[in-house]
Amino acid sequence: MIAPDTSTPRAAYEVRVCAGSACVANGSLQIAQRFEEAIARNGLAGSVRVIKTGCHGLCARGPVVVVGPDGVFYPAVDLDAADRIIVSVLGDREPVEPLLFRESPGADSIARYADVPFNARQQRIVLRNCGVIDPESLDSAFAAGDYVALSTALATMTPEQVIEMVRDSGLRGRGGAGFSTGMKWQLARAAEGDLKYLCCNADEGDPGAFMDRAVLEGDPHAVLEGMALAAYAIGASEGYVYVRAEYPLAVKRLRKAIADAEARGLLGKDIMGSGFSYSVSIREGAGAFVCGEETALIASVEGRRGMPRPRPPFPTTSGLWNRPTCINNVETLANIPWIVANGAEAYAAIGTGNSKGTKVFALTGHVHYTGLVEVPMGLTVREMVHEIGGGSSSERPIKAVQIGGPSGGCLPASLFDTHIDYDALASVGAVVGSGGLVAVDKSTCMVEFARYFLAFTQDESCGKCVPCRIGTKRMLEIVTRITEGHGQPGDIETLERLGNLVRSTSLCALGGTAANPVLTTLKYFREEYEEHISEKKCRAHACGALSTYAVIPEKCKGCGVCKKNCPVNAISSVIKEQYTIDPDTCVKCGICEAKCPFDAIIRV
Amino acid sequence: MNTRGIINTSAVATGAQATGVVEGSMVTLAIDGRVVTARPGATVLETCREAGVHIPTLCHDPRLEPYGACRLCIVEIEGMRGYPTSCTTVVAQDMAVTTTSETLRALRSDLVELLLSDHKVECLTCEASGGCGLQDLAYEFGIETSRFEGAKHVSEVDDPNPLIARDPAKCISCGRCVRICDEVQGCHVWGHTKRGFDALPDTPSSVSLLDAGCEFCGQCVSTCPTGALTDRVGRFRGRRWEVTWTETTCGYCGVGCAIEFATKGGQIVGARAPLDKGPNYGNLCAKGRYGWSFAQHPDRLTTPLVRRDGELTPATWDEALSLVAQKLAAIRDEHTGSAVAGLASAKCTNEENYLFQKLLRAGIGTHNIDHCARL
Ligand SMILES: Cc1cc2nc3c(=O)[nH]c(=O)nc-3n(C[C@H](O)[C@H](O)[C@H](O)COP(=O)(O)O)c2cc1C
Ligand code: SF4
Ligand code: SF4
Ligand code: SF4
Ligand code: FES
Repeated sequence: MIAPDTSTPRAAYEVRVCAGSACVANGSLQIAQRFEEAIARNGLAGSVRVIKTGCHGLCARGPVVVVGPDGVFYPAVDLDAADRIIVSVLGDREPVEPLLFRESPGADSIARYADVPFNARQQRIVLRNCGVIDPESLDSAFAAGDYVALSTALATMTPEQVIEMVRDSGLRGRGGAGFSTGMKWQLARAAEGDLKYLCCNADEGDPGAFMDRAVLEGDPHAVLEGMALAAYAIGASEGYVYVRAEYPLAVKRLRKAIADAEARGLLGKDIMGSGFSYSVSIREGAGAFVCGEETALIASVEGRRGMPRPRPPFPTTSGLWNRPTCINNVETLANIPWIVANGAEAYAAIGTGNSKGTKVFALTGHVHYTGLVEVPMGLTVREMVHEIGGGSSSERPIKAVQIGGPSGGCLPASLFDTHIDYDALASVGAVVGSGGLVAVDKSTCMVEFARYFLAFTQDESCGKCVPCRIGTKRMLEIVTRITEGHGQPGDIETLERLGNLVRSTSLCALGGTAANPVLTTLKYFREEYEEHISEKKCRAHACGALSTYAVIPEKCKGCGVCKKNCPVNAISSVIKEQYTIDPDTCVKCGICEAKCPFDAIIRV
Repeated sequence: MNTRGIINTSAVATGAQATGVVEGSMVTLAIDGRVVTARPGATVLETCREAGVHIPTLCHDPRLEPYGACRLCIVEIEGMRGYPTSCTTVVAQDMAVTTTSETLRALRSDLVELLLSDHKVECLTCEASGGCGLQDLAYEFGIETSRFEGAKHVSEVDDPNPLIARDPAKCISCGRCVRICDEVQGCHVWGHTKRGFDALPDTPSSVSLLDAGCEFCGQCVSTCPTGALTDRVGRFRGRRWEVTWTETTCGYCGVGCAIEFATKGGQIVGARAPLDKGPNYGNLCAKGRYGWSFAQHPDRLTTPLVRRDGELTPATWDEALSLVAQKLAAIRDEHTGSAVAGLASAKCTNEENYLFQKLLRAGIGTHNIDHCARL
């Protein structure tokens, strides 16, 4: 039914410049322009083509440029590098050796993007077209196979068959709760109502998470196709994408994708002549984390303050304007066309027991390679951190990972053999969640780390229910005073009591999971809390109030740079050559540590 | 409006019995091991209350839709995860509910302690004392002081209106004020503002109630479970346990709301509406709730006056009415009925207004009749 536009010769040599948010922030659009100008100058527009793609994943080494059919990878490209790459592209097309990726300076180069260790364990289903296609071109999406699944399903499958397929694939919602997508659709299909909605939850508010943004920016048509398939399955005729206004690029590309799809009859009335109609509009959220919670999302779309309400009734029974409403996450939906195209069995063959398929994670923290990774469910934390992330980015070992963002749990290195799937993570107190994964080394204080997440959830609490509004505040106050050296005996017990209260009695999952970072760090890093409280000591030297700076006499050469730079005159030279820091005057700004040419100042 | 109120519930239940609806259409469930029948669609809380089982609540008001914010009404229900709130959970056949247990008591008590940790406790002079949901729960759970402490809201609010006193430092954010204004009054004066610990109901941009379009029906005051919203007029004029409540019918309009006046020392100091009596089921308008100072006003007429020799002098109703009848008849006889006009009052019932027009049209013979509600 759909004929890809073949006006652009497929044989053109392709230069893929990453136009994901991170690379754009690092200047990738200017680089793309540089390429385009050079190509035009040389009159080669027909044979060399610049594609501005979505996120490639390895954001830490952006701007990313991937060239030619072999996918030659140039990391951290600047304008100078771009000029040299152009010479190669327009000339002999040999990889520019000095610009290629290296694991460390002086190491052997790795030419192909696919061969970078960061990619070795990855399997791209959701991100199949991210970094490959031009997300602003429907033809580019067609060429990559978008909308084939929809056209096949509309022509050959009943809605029930689509539901059955998705149920059998074992796909579970990627928005955090992990509910079976097929079952949710079944409930929505069975719900009574003449008008049903199928909505996409693109609120993605967890700090550090950018999986959904990457999909929307890199392959918006995959999400729209997933929405149309879901709508067909449940019998929905209208829907919204609820996307945060802080994602302007995603909103822009989505808007264009919807318009393009409508213009070609892939969305809207009588899709591809099948008689099935489904129209999509965008609702921009104003940046409240809680609006990602489905009942709050509904309130927000309806124009009310985004506050959760108790379930049941579940949205599949009574959602937007009291109509049956199915809400699915971006990543969930982006899986659907692949499942419909490749079959339930192919999907179910990936992953472990109750956790099928792949999951996209935003890997951040103290690892070499931070970025976006998509892996089969069931990889171990160790594989994630050491093989994909390339291990610690410092000489300090990785001591913990936080999986699942502010609702997730903190796991110690001793549990790094835990498999990353729903059941295994739950058994150790963590969650797959939406897919934030932060690895931290020994310079991170686990009390402070937990405080950071708790401060986020307390701030984002909608304030409706007592345990979340006041309970997390009291917990935050206690954790904060512990990091400030004012912890008291009994604080740990109070934290546990409050943590349990907040977890057991909160109305929605924001409060229900808010205590997880504190409870898991208390479980696995209790000694750090105890040291803060009884010894007033932070082993990571991260808590300002509990640490200070000192001069190592053996290393100090007496140059006096520290003294000159100290803004509060806390450094004196007692005997001519020996510098000391007065801990009472020191304001812990760290300038001396940074300025000392001999690394003679340390945080203690 | 809300159709789930306990009042409406019992009305339905009684109706069902009266019309002989069979047991089959009712739901049978176990509450603390006791078998109870309930109306389908009733909440667990409503059913428990009807069965005389106590469950603490703060954000519940039978006039409002279920909300689930205070979390105090949590129960355990077999087969359900965690602790569902009874005010939002609808009964189901064969449901097994536990309303009291060590765990439930501990969780509820901790919730009350959390509320008290952010509360300006000044029950000595607080207008709500004796009728305060929070005070009652602190007593029920034997909480002398809260174990939890930390930042508190402060009482900063400068609202110069003469009727409603606001003290955010006593607000528990139950949202009842917001909801009654939205759901019952349709006035939308209150809204939830801010997030996290700072979240509080407030007017738009924190303007005064006078500027926020408030009608001063005092519905928010009537539902506020604490001293965060109180009546200014009755301030320091009688504690809850000192006043005598007298039930009567509001004389302001034909609706005839059930109303109770609080008196102390023979003076009216407040008004409220009983939740379980129609037609208003707990609701009142501004006049009913606050417009009673005339009752004790020195200028108020307590007997008819008749002008004699140019002087208004007290008379009996019989004297006064005969005089009016006599004069009206004289005017009609001398100038025809059209010389007489009648203005009816919204204070009268429909039936009274009907009789009034009958009197004018048939008795006096005039079409000159109007009603103050048209003005
Ligand atoms: C505080 C909070 C924030 C949430 N944020 C998101 C979000 O940003 N995106 C999302 O898809 N789901 C989010 N969820 C989960 C949604 O409520 C819902 O479960 C999900 O959108 C369902 O889609 P799925 O079944 O495809 O996962 C959030 C839940 C909570 C409690
Ligand atoms: S748990 Fe927190 S975010 Fe959820 S409803 Fe309660 S106060 Fe709001
Ligand atoms: S609102 Fe209740 S608890 Fe608070 S001071 Fe008044 S009476 Fe006491
Ligand atoms: S003012 Fe009263 S009714 Fe309104 S939220 Fe506060 S405590 Fe509840
Ligand atoms: S009365 Fe049920 S949560 Fe408040």
